[in-house]
Order: sequence, then C-alpha cells, then structure tokens
Amino acid sequence: MTAITVLAPTGTLGYGFGADALKRGMDFKPGVIAVDAGSTDPGPHYLGSGEVLVSRFSYKKELTELMAASRAAGIPLVVGSAGGSGSRPHVDFLVEIVREVARDLRLNRFKLAWIYADIEPARIKKAIAAGEVKDFEAGFALTADLVDSSTHIVAQMGFEPIIKALQSGADVVIAGRACDDAAIAAYPIMQGGHKGLAMHMGKILECGAFSAVPFAMDVMMGFLKGDAFELEPGSIGRRASLTSVAAHTLYERENPFDQHGPGYRVDLNDCRFEQAGERRVRVSGAKFIPESECWIKLEGARRMGFRSICVAGVRCPTMITRIDEILAAAKEEAVRYMKPHDVQVTFHVYGKDGVMRALEPQKKIASHELGLIIEVVASEMDLAHAACHHISGGLLHTHYKGQLNTSGNLAFPYSPSELDAGPAYAFSAYHLMKVRDPYEAFPIHYEDV
Amino acid sequence: MEAARLADLAVIIRSKNAGPYRLTFDVLLPDAATFKRVKASGVLGRESVAKALSLKPSEVTSLFELESAHAFKVTIRRQVGQSDIGESDVYGCQQHVPLMELLVA
Repeated sequence: MTAITVLAPTGTLGYGFGADALKRGMDFKPGVIAVDAGSTDPGPHYLGSGEVLVSRFSYKKELTELMAASRAAGIPLVVGSAGGSGSRPHVDFLVEIVREVARDLRLNRFKLAWIYADIEPARIKKAIAAGEVKDFEAGFALTADLVDSSTHIVAQMGFEPIIKALQSGADVVIAGRACDDAAIAAYPIMQGGHKGLAMHMGKILECGAFSAVPFAMDVMMGFLKGDAFELEPGSIGRRASLTSVAAHTLYERENPFDQHGPGYRVDLNDCRFEQAGERRVRVSGAKFIPESECWIKLEGARRMGFRSICVAGVRCPTMITRIDEILAAAKEEAVRYMKPHDVQVTFHVYGKDGVMRALEPQKKIASHELGLIIEVVASEMDLAHAACHHISGGLLHTHYKGQLNTSGNLAFPYSPSELDAGPAYAFSAYHLMKVRDPYEAFPIHYEDV
Repeated sequence: MEAARLADLAVIIRSKNAGPYRLTFDVLLPDAATFKRVKASGVLGRESVAKALSLKPSEVTSLFELESAHAFKVTIRRQVGQSDIGESDVYGCQQHVPLMELLVA
C-alpha cells in the first residue's frame, strides 16, 4: 500500500519553520499540508479578547510560503484552530490573509473553505436546561449567567467537518477550534487511512518537530501505511528517535493511553514504537473506538475585569525579612481603602515563591533581593490603577520595625510605576455539550478565490 | 546502592499544563533498569509526589507508567485555573523542581 503522506510545517502556525525543511518535506510528495494553529495553552486572553495569538506579519509570511507550496503541488492546505483560539474573529482574520496572499502571489483560482466553531449562547443554554452539558475539568458548573458573561465560546470540532470541506473540493481549509489531532488526521482519514493510526499520527504531528531531536518548531512528516505510521523530520539536521517520539506522546496531556474526540476515542494501550532507520520511527497499535453519543468540548472566556501592575525591587534585608507581614498589611489596607469597590490584589514575590507559590517547598528566602509584582484586578481600569498606585505608594513609604532607611522601600524600574495591562480574561467554560452529530455545531463556508 | 536524586537519574523531568485545570509531570528514565529502580523506590507514587508538592494526595488526579518509554506521568489539579487570579506560571512549565530533589533508594 502506498503511504498517505502528511506534511506538518510547524507546531503552531506563526511560530516558524525552516525553508529547507519545507522544501525537503515537499520532495516526499505529501498529499496535504496540515497545521495546528491554536490551543488553550497561551491562556484565555486570545479567546476572550478576539486578538490573535501571533503577529499578522508572521501569519502572512508563513501562509505565503505554505500556500505557494501547496498550490504548486496541487495539494490541500488545512489550518486547525485558526488564530490561536479558533473563534470567529480569528477565523475571519486568517481568511482575510489567505485572500490577500492569493492576490499577492497571483494564484490560480482555488476553493477556500472556512469553518466556524463558535457556539451560540442560546444553543448552550438550551443544552444546559436539557441536562446536556457536563463539567469536563473546570470544577464549576456552566450556568446560563456564565454563558451570557462570556465574550466567546467555541467548541473543538473533530475530523468530520474538515473532511466534508475537503470532499467539497476545498483547496485551503481554515478551521476554527479543532481537536489538534483532527486537523492533521482529516485528510488521511478521508483517503481511507486507519482512523486510530491517523489520529495518533495527528496527535504527534500537531506539534511539528517537537517530537524530533533536537526539537524545534519545524517541519515533521507523517507516512500512514496500512497498519502503522512513520515519522521523520523535514530537516536533515534532526531525527526522530524512540525517546523523542515516546516522550512526545506524554506531552501536555493527562492520560497518554486515551485520546478523546467528539463521538470517539483512540485507545493507545497497545501502542508500539520501533526505530525504522536512522531518522525515522514507526508507530503502530492505536485503536479507534466510536462512541454512541457525541459530546463536544466547549471553551469559553469572560472578562473578569481590568488589570494594573507595578514592578518593583526590594534590596534592604530589613524589609526582606518582614516581607510577608508588610505585604499582608498593605493588601488589607488597600482592600479597605477601595470600598465599596472590590479589588483583587496579588503579590508575586520573585526570590521567594513567585514561580511556585503554594507548591514551593523552599520556605526560606535565600536571595539578597526580591522582585515584586503588585497586581490588581478590578471591575474598571481606573479602579485597578488607583488601587495599584495606592499599594505601591503605601509600600514605598511604609514604616516597619527594624527599618533604617526612611526614604523609600521600593526600587521602581519605571516611571510611571504602574502599568495598565487592560482587560483581564478568565476561562468561563471547559465543559462538554451533547450534540446531534459531529457536524451540527460547525458550519462550513466556501468561496472561490 | 546509594540513594540518588531523581535529577541525577532522569533524562527528562518536566511540568506542563494539561488543559487549563491540570498540571502534568513527566519523568523519563534512560533505561529499563533505572525505570525499575525508580518504580521500586515508590518516589513517584501518589503519597510521595503529593508530599513533595505540599498537596493532599487527593489532589493528584492520576498516575501512569509507560514501561516501553521508561516513563512516569503524574497529574495534579492546578492550584488556580490557568490565568485566574493568583496565576504565576501560565504554561505550568516551571513547577517540576521538587521532583528533581526526590531521593531514589
């Protein structure tokens, strides 16, 4: 059986790949270029605000190279989780760039498809009322109020809507939020490849050459051949090794033996890895298991307020030894001062427990200086700024026991000392919603470009 | 055999988000013998990991062993949801250090 070959140019569209690696990858005559562009990993800001994850410059540069390569070879290009969150503004943003690149490159006529993954609030509320929404890992219930307060809620599509777009003749597919593996696996599954293997291959390829050594955001090739698939990096300077591929199957997921999607799961318990040449690894054993119900994963974000921060250094040992009590008093005072407005004050104390907070096992401060970030989130930008300035000004001049220096306690690197970071977003949904079928929530649009 | 720090035995010790509400730790050992030694020591068991991270054992959500990859995987509930108030590590990629210091018999 001839291989179904997939070229994954990078781990996240916009994060780069090597030109030589792309060229070498194209020499394998892939059937598709497929790339993941998003995740919840960078946080809720991109989903909440509608701002894209990577710069317009990078998206355009990479889409120009990938569209030129895919059009020259006459193969489709699939982008999953467009723009970072895969929400409507992100899909629209990439679609506009695709049109622009087509004009710039004077490409011959091709068919563009885009697939939205936004779920209407009314649809979700109906599902909540029907008992067809359940928590995934959020630890809270999704309520109608939370739905209404969310700026965007998307759901992860499986491979089915992408296959439908490809079967309708799309040459470029810009998909909204999609399961990382599905965007890569859609084409091989459409070609009749083993679904379990295609999904497992997609899961590894979605991070590009992160499964190679040395790892990088770069081109990774997948070859699906009957009862196994093989992986090889595009760049001759990298190789796929048993360790690099096995390590990657653990990455960013809780259960390495189980891979879920809407209406199916992939069982990896009997998975095997073999070295198949110096730079290539062969993987087999994945099983595709259809499920009787179809649940899609919702991801929502809401604006929790506005954030103001202040960065400062503390060098005096008389203050460092009393830092906990001084900060606790400053917080308590500020919360009282700002009444009736609520403010949420967080101190990040680098040199103490700034990175690990409650998980930090090292309780004793060993550093001669501390980096302090005062962070305030409030319902309005002005209030957050006011509270942040009140705290920094108060700490600057606070008196404490053992103090020798009475001229100021904080070393600010900036004037003004407060930086207004703008709207602050939080995840508002990470839940499962039951749908009729894998297509229901993901409308496809077509355009001849 | 003298006790060894996990950091001196492993080829990879890392932490990372597994979605916005979980933090997952991967430990990869170089070979089957070291994997067996770490397994026998129990340092990557629920109680030991919870203690190293100042957590209750119930906050460890799962433990997996991948013998073929000489790997252990431990996942915990995030102390705060990703980017919620109190966030200190958006990607969760700098929380692995207490595991480096575990002593393997």
